[in-house]
Amino acid sequence: MNVNQQPHMASPYGQPQPGYQGYPQSGYGGQQVPGGYPAQFAPYNGPASAYQPGPPQGYSPYASFPSKALAANLVSDLSSSSPLDLGVRGPPTSGAPPVSAAQAYSQFGQGEVQNGPPAMGPPPQRSPVSQPYSQGAMNLTGPQPQYNQQFGAPPTSMQQMTTQMAGMQVGSTVPSPAGPGYAPPTISQAPVSAAYTPSDPSSYAPTPTVPSQPPPAERVPQSTPSQPYYGAPAQQPFPTAAPPFSAPGPAQAPAPPLASQQSFPQGPPPSQPPFSSAPPQAPPTASYGGPLPPVQAPHPRAPPPTSQPSAFPGGPPPTSTPSQYPGPPMPQQSPVSQPSPFHSGPPPLPTTAGGFPPQGGAPPRPLHPGMQGPPLASQGPLMSQANHVAPPQPGMLPGQPTAGMAGPPPPQQPGMQGYPPQQNGAFGQVRGPQPGYAGQYPGQQNYGAAPPAQAPAPSAPKRLDPDSIPSPIQVIEDDKANKGSEPFVTGVRGQAPPLVTTNFQVKDQGNASPRFIRCTSYNMPCTSDMAKQSQVPLAAVIKPLATLPPDEIPPYIVDHGEGGPIRCNRCKAYMCPYMQFIEGGRRFQCGFCSCVTEVPPHYFQHLDHTGKRVDCCDRPELSMGSYEFMATVDYCKNNKIPQPPAFIFLIDVSYNAVKNGMVRMVCQELKTLLDYLPRENPDVQSNIRVGFVTYNKVLHFYNVKASLAQPQMMVVSDVADMFVPLLDGFLVNVSESRVVIESLLDQIPDMFADTRETETVFGPVIQAGLEALKAADCAGKLFVFHSSLPIAEAPGKLKNREDKKLVGTDKEKSLFQPQISFYANLAKECVTQGCCVDLFLFPNQYVDVATLGVVPTSTGGSVYKYTYFQAQSDQERFLNDLRKDVQKPMGFDAVMRVRTSTGIRATDFFGSFYMSNTTDVELAGLDCDKTVTVEFRHDDKLSEETGALMQCAVLYTSCTGQRRLRIHNMAVNCCAQLADLYRNCETDTIINYFAKYAYRSILNNPTKNVRDSLVNQCAQILACYRKNCASPSSAGQLILPECMKLLPVYLNCVLKSDVLHPGADVSLDDRAYLRQLVSAMDVTESHVFFYPRLLPVHKLDVESDALPVAIRDSEERLSKGGVYLLETGLNLFLWVGANAQQELLQNIFGTPAFSQIDPSMTSLPVLENPYSKRLREIIESFRMQRSRYMKLMVVKQEDKLELIFKHFLVEDKNNSGGASYVDFLCHMHKEIRQLLS
Amino acid sequence: MATFQEFIQQNEDRDGVRCSWNLWPSSRLEATRMVVPVSCLFTPLKERPNLPPVQYEPVLCSRATCKAVLNPLCQVDFRAKIWACNFCFQRNPFPPSYAGISEVNQPAELMPQFSTIEYIVQRGPAAPLVFLYVVDTCLEEEDLQALRESLQMSLSLLPPNALVGLITFGRMIQVHELSCEGISKSYVFRGTKELTPKQIHEMLGLMKPTTSVPQEAAASCRFLQPVHKVDLNLTDLLGELQRDPWPVPQGKRPLRSTGIALSIAVALLEGTFPNTGARMMLFTGGPPTQGPGMVVGDELKTPIRSWHDIQKDNAHHMKKAIKYHEALANRAAVNGHSIDIYACALDQTGLLEMKCLSNLTGGHIVMGDSFNTSLFKQTFQRVFSKDYNGEFRMAFGASLEVKTSRELKVSGAIGPCVSLNAKGPSVSENEMGVGGTCQWKICSLNPSTTLALYFEVVNQHNSPIPQGGRGAIQFVTQYQHSNTQRRIRVTTIARNWADAQSQIQHIEASFDQEAAAVLMARLGVFRAESEEGPDVLRWLDRQLIRLFMFHLRRSPFLQVFNNSPDESSYYRHQFVRQDLTQSLIMIQPILYSYSFHGPPEPVLLDSSSILPDHILLMDTFFQLVIYHGETIAQWRKAGYQEMPEYENFRQLLQAPVDDAQEILQTRFPMPRYIDTEHGGSQARFLLSKVNPSQTHNNLYAWGQEAGAPILTDDVSLQVFMDHLKKLAVSSSA
Repeated sequence: MNVNQQPHMASPYGQPQPGYQGYPQSGYGGQQVPGGYPAQFAPYNGPASAYQPGPPQGYSPYASFPSKALAANLVSDLSSSSPLDLGVRGPPTSGAPPVSAAQAYSQFGQGEVQNGPPAMGPPPQRSPVSQPYSQGAMNLTGPQPQYNQQFGAPPTSMQQMTTQMAGMQVGSTVPSPAGPGYAPPTISQAPVSAAYTPSDPSSYAPTPTVPSQPPPAERVPQSTPSQPYYGAPAQQPFPTAAPPFSAPGPAQAPAPPLASQQSFPQGPPPSQPPFSSAPPQAPPTASYGGPLPPVQAPHPRAPPPTSQPSAFPGGPPPTSTPSQYPGPPMPQQSPVSQPSPFHSGPPPLPTTAGGFPPQGGAPPRPLHPGMQGPPLASQGPLMSQANHVAPPQPGMLPGQPTAGMAGPPPPQQPGMQGYPPQQNGAFGQVRGPQPGYAGQYPGQQNYGAAPPAQAPAPSAPKRLDPDSIPSPIQVIEDDKANKGSEPFVTGVRGQAPPLVTTNFQVKDQGNASPRFIRCTSYNMPCTSDMAKQSQVPLAAVIKPLATLPPDEIPPYIVDHGEGGPIRCNRCKAYMCPYMQFIEGGRRFQCGFCSCVTEVPPHYFQHLDHTGKRVDCCDRPELSMGSYEFMATVDYCKNNKIPQPPAFIFLIDVSYNAVKNGMVRMVCQELKTLLDYLPRENPDVQSNIRVGFVTYNKVLHFYNVKASLAQPQMMVVSDVADMFVPLLDGFLVNVSESRVVIESLLDQIPDMFADTRETETVFGPVIQAGLEALKAADCAGKLFVFHSSLPIAEAPGKLKNREDKKLVGTDKEKSLFQPQISFYANLAKECVTQGCCVDLFLFPNQYVDVATLGVVPTSTGGSVYKYTYFQAQSDQERFLNDLRKDVQKPMGFDAVMRVRTSTGIRATDFFGSFYMSNTTDVELAGLDCDKTVTVEFRHDDKLSEETGALMQCAVLYTSCTGQRRLRIHNMAVNCCAQLADLYRNCETDTIINYFAKYAYRSILNNPTKNVRDSLVNQCAQILACYRKNCASPSSAGQLILPECMKLLPVYLNCVLKSDVLHPGADVSLDDRAYLRQLVSAMDVTESHVFFYPRLLPVHKLDVESDALPVAIRDSEERLSKGGVYLLETGLNLFLWVGANAQQELLQNIFGTPAFSQIDPSMTSLPVLENPYSKRLREIIESFRMQRSRYMKLMVVKQEDKLELIFKHFLVEDKNNSGGASYVDFLCHMHKEIRQLLS
Repeated sequence: MATFQEFIQQNEDRDGVRCSWNLWPSSRLEATRMVVPVSCLFTPLKERPNLPPVQYEPVLCSRATCKAVLNPLCQVDFRAKIWACNFCFQRNPFPPSYAGISEVNQPAELMPQFSTIEYIVQRGPAAPLVFLYVVDTCLEEEDLQALRESLQMSLSLLPPNALVGLITFGRMIQVHELSCEGISKSYVFRGTKELTPKQIHEMLGLMKPTTSVPQEAAASCRFLQPVHKVDLNLTDLLGELQRDPWPVPQGKRPLRSTGIALSIAVALLEGTFPNTGARMMLFTGGPPTQGPGMVVGDELKTPIRSWHDIQKDNAHHMKKAIKYHEALANRAAVNGHSIDIYACALDQTGLLEMKCLSNLTGGHIVMGDSFNTSLFKQTFQRVFSKDYNGEFRMAFGASLEVKTSRELKVSGAIGPCVSLNAKGPSVSENEMGVGGTCQWKICSLNPSTTLALYFEVVNQHNSPIPQGGRGAIQFVTQYQHSNTQRRIRVTTIARNWADAQSQIQHIEASFDQEAAAVLMARLGVFRAESEEGPDVLRWLDRQLIRLFMFHLRRSPFLQVFNNSPDESSYYRHQFVRQDLTQSLIMIQPILYSYSFHGPPEPVLLDSSSILPDHILLMDTFFQLVIYHGETIAQWRKAGYQEMPEYENFRQLLQAPVDDAQEILQTRFPMPRYIDTEHGGSQARFLLSKVNPSQTHNNLYAWGQEAGAPILTDDVSLQVFMDHLKKLAVSSSA
């Protein structure tokens, strides 16, 4: 359990061969399938890793040292990512090349090259740090030089390695081989590349620039990288690869075929770069010509260093090649494995032919075509992918081996790269690296294995194979498989619910559904010491009014009559299943404070032989976790039954708002929307009254009384001292005043069509709504549609204070704080009145969301922001948001109180609300999406017997004007053993808490400190586990608790988020906006927000309802021939690979040409084919799941927009310097080790 | 020569002037001894059907301090084409356009019958009239409906090119924009916050630099639009006028922001049409209850101030409110805008505090019980009545300048005017009424508006005036006619000087008792406004002699008993602006008696006139009471008038009604019309006016034969006279 992935890994590793096989199929299959490419990549990576292994070993010793690990990682990254990068980075010519080079390296002698590069880049920059490496990778831009350097570098790296690691040899060896190996490949490729260039040019273009000579090569490299991916798929490779390789000499010839080109480019490129760079290349080429030779050559090198050859040969071949991979892997590997391998590969192909056929036939083409290939490939790939990336490699290796013959030599190297071999032999032989990987994961899998793994682990970090580290996708899929089928029964205390990503049904048997409450841990430490030691936050994420799926019953409503709900006399907890009835049912003892309270006569009931009330099952409050009480007049403000709430729409009608079409849109939409105001009984008209205000520098109220023939506008210019000009006629019942309202909404856009007013006010707008509610003596919600910074002379006037220079300084925090205190005071007033504010922003420039958002976030409202709003493209998103916002069920004037059993106490609260004391969370409005995160602290010991109880009571006014209490009860276990704690944690919830905690902390602390403390806490959590719970193992091993194995990756996502680590292009408003947004997110949303869901839709099975398995958020998982859907809860992207199959494009876009896809479209054309239908259904269903509508952006590979898209590939390092997953994991590891030592 | 009576009548008809003395004592000393000062009632716009205006500019004396207008009293040298000013004796050449004059070819202004002459002058652009309705919406639905109808009706009465605006108020104030199409739009102000005019202009969006040019302002002002353009709009708007949309809790008065509403109205006109004729017409149904100018709080448990409270100095808001309204009135007056108040409510509406708005600006005050009465409806309609020329009987933005010959100086004026603070040689140091100036501004005039002007004879005893010398007074009234023309009416009067010692009989004979009574009454009212209570009565008692002062003493103008502060204010307001005839009616109501015994006859205003078989018609100016004697009432109840054989009875019943109708037709404001009978509750109006010659005290002494006893402790005329006689002969008087 310790190790993250282990489970997955484990099996594979455990049984290397089998595992591979299995994995390959499942895991790889999956990945590969998506893009035959991915598979290839994997292989590449594998190879790279394989090399790494070498280093790792060396490292392994070092392994323990993060730095090395980092280096390794870098390398791996380079290799793996580079390809992607190339594609992506096309622009950075230099950069790209290097990448390609890297890839090339990876493919060829990844080890070598990588070593070289990493050393190159990383060492100088951040030898120790993982990140540096990544950067280094980036730096590598100059392919040739790098190469050279690399070569030279290798030594450096080597040195480092050596210094760190015992296995200098490996390093050295690797490089050397690489050099040679590369050389050949490159050369061969070069030619190929030329051929390829045509196709790739566009994307690669950048690269070309770099080295003129190399250009082709470079391109190739780039392409290669892609190929690698693709190539990885082997499938393509096979067909294509084969030709190219064969071609090598002929390479060019092969090039011609587009398909081949692609594949080639990739394949070749990798090789090429090296070649180009290294003179030796020529030889290599030669080698290409004779695939085997080159391969061999490389192998020789590789083998020597790694010794893998033997290992690989032995291990891999048998495993992978034989059975599954044989076919595909082989090809892949061959291609992937690098030129040499490829060369060899080709042969293999033939050999494997039988196996290949399927793949080769279909895949290859598909690959290029993209789409088709994928599916087919997918099958295969899926298999393989299932596990880690690593597996693929193994697969690859196998393939190579199978390839056979060629295999041996090349494979070896490949094998090197391909962890598989390592893994296989790995553990044993392998130098740390492979084993390491394997070890870690494997180790994880098999704890037993762990130790060994650890050793490698360190090394692993260096060259960590992304596939070998814990995969969110895997965890999610496992959870789905394990927990998705059975209903989750809440009756058992301390049982962790399925993940938020899993579809499951809940049966309420005494504890609140996880849809209402999720805890960070379902086993609370008994003592505060334990809690402190573990550093695991104890928190609950509560979503009191969550909507339940249709197959679950909403909370029952209980009426205890005039006396009101029955409560404990002392702590005032409400009647719940934790109350113990004693003395024959005449009294009950409170489960929270143990106080004994008389049962009122009308509530008396006899007890049965077990001491339970006879009517226990008939009363929701005695048998359920969640239910509602009818509140009596005592629970109402001023002891008066509340009036039905009101909705007030306040619309900015200044120039900008009119010009961008917002005004017209809102007015048009409201006409229909008003029929859908929240109501409890759909057959009855809503009791909610509505009112309308427009404003610019002054406010316009509208009298829409039913008796009027025409609405009347009342202008209030006295913004300094806001008041409401009318009462009767301002808030009206929609059905009564329909005609007048429609007339009004028709006229507003015209009235202001010619406005010249650009200044707006904001404070008075909210004041106006507040005053109106005050005057009407009711609670309600304001919908403010606002466009610009309020600079008009009025209370709440703001200055433009956007100052990017402050970012990153200690003063940065001030940018998140409101500019003036006016709004905080106003918010307080709003809360008192029960006035919830929802803000829709349509800014063209800085509007100071940090300040404007104060009122919404303090009143339980939401902020929606549509920057550069344009009617045409943003209409759908805005209107859907508005619809949802208006219609969603909500409560008004709410107060939430969390009671806990003795021993713990709710100490801190996060979310959109206001607190006037330390216990009551006051929410002017509480809708079904709002979440409050509550942190608990010990104030005494807890007992394992009674566990810890919490009761969340929310007193609110329903949309019909009824006063109600919603009660959620939750009981968790208490544990005296840390292991129990770690076994019952929920990482998603912890991340939710961390994010909210961090996002609040930046208000008062420099961002950097916040990030550091997050990392630190996380490290402590893991270190504590390592120290206290993990079976003894070498200190250098990274062991993660099963429940938290995704903690590093998710935490990294939090750290990299725009709020905590902004890129240069992220505006302050955006950061403030996200900050506020996240503070009220539930776990489901925060999960997808931080780790976006990436679906390979080209693998869509039109026939089934199931979604394709998501893939990890990393560029290297993308196949050039694929189409991917990425959602974050706020954004939705459809990424189209440049080589996507025509048929696929035709199905989706109605055009077969990639170039004819209009990237500005916001919705897919409605086409009458099953694929299009299904895809649109999926998109729709995604949107339905989220509280905010996601606008679809179509991103074409290599397009400008791709940068934005890549920002969400959170496992990669990003432009603003955020670490890649692999790097961060290494960093984490280092931190942990430091803590342990 | 005609009698003084005829002379007086003739002068009044021609010049609209009634002097207390028609021979003036020639020295200051003598004048002081006369008790009643040299003074006159002047009706600037007296209707003169036979006076066609002339279409040229008046000729002015060239002396800068004089500037008197050429008049029939001037000496003219037709040869030299020179005229001598009769006020300063400056010799002035005629302007070139007068080159052709001669004894036989005199311009109109030199002819004696044109001692009053009206010039039409072309000065500046003609500004349209402006009517700004300021409407209270805190009314009962019924009242509001009636008011809506009246207002809608009034639109058809306005001159078509007049600008009209609408402000409504309750808890908030709404300034309605009239130029908009579709949605009706209004600017809203809070009723409790006082804003500077500048702020108001800003908030209304009137901050245009061009506002000084009325026409452009007119175009740019969305709030004031020509009637013909917004007729329909405004009719709809008024039709949809809601009651104030704020709920009034139990035990509270509606919140009425009259003060701010007025200040906004004033500011609006100030900003858009300064120095242009404009009427703000306030329609209110209750006292201002919030904001500056509030008269009473919104708690119903605190009643509105009474005279009792005022005397006890217990009227908390009064002083502040008066001060506030005065300031507003002055601002309006400066710009020549007048403010009308139409207050219709059963309770008081704060007229006491608001009266100065109208008093200082020449606006009307109309007080009624409800907007849904003919009193209001007719009165309001009559505001827009037209004269024989089809022109509105209203004029705006007038200024009255008084020039006197050297022996006289002007002490002051009492009437709907404000001082323009114009110092000049003819200004006396002794002030009576509004003094210290020789020019007054009268923002709004109608043909019956009458000012009382008081003079001082400054000629010293030791410098006698030569025999046959005449003192002259010239009234120069510049005003904006309702057809927007600027006009100047010049009235020049002259009276002979008389030496009090030698010609005392003549002087006595020239005494105009009626005019003097009114003039003194105005002085009394003026004092009453400022000094209050018994002091004024005492002063009057010391000053006065004649009979009808008995009634003045009892009149609501001086006597506050039985009247609310609002009523007193209202009565006084009317009194100081009506012409002599009406004023007399106010002081001493007229009583007619109808019976089978003969034709209708005026009878003594005495309880003895109240007889069972008579019908009485009493006109007090404010009320018109038809009182059926006991017998008549019984007959009527029996329905004899329905029977053909009693046609004569029917006619008898009809006669006073017809007469009353006649009065009602012409009177402004419309009197309260009361039809009552012996024992009816409304008979009190009659009973309170008649001389209580018979009371419960002396009932039996006088016997049963006549009249009806009045239950009062007031002294009767008989007692009063007895007492007066005693005083008159006693030395102490």
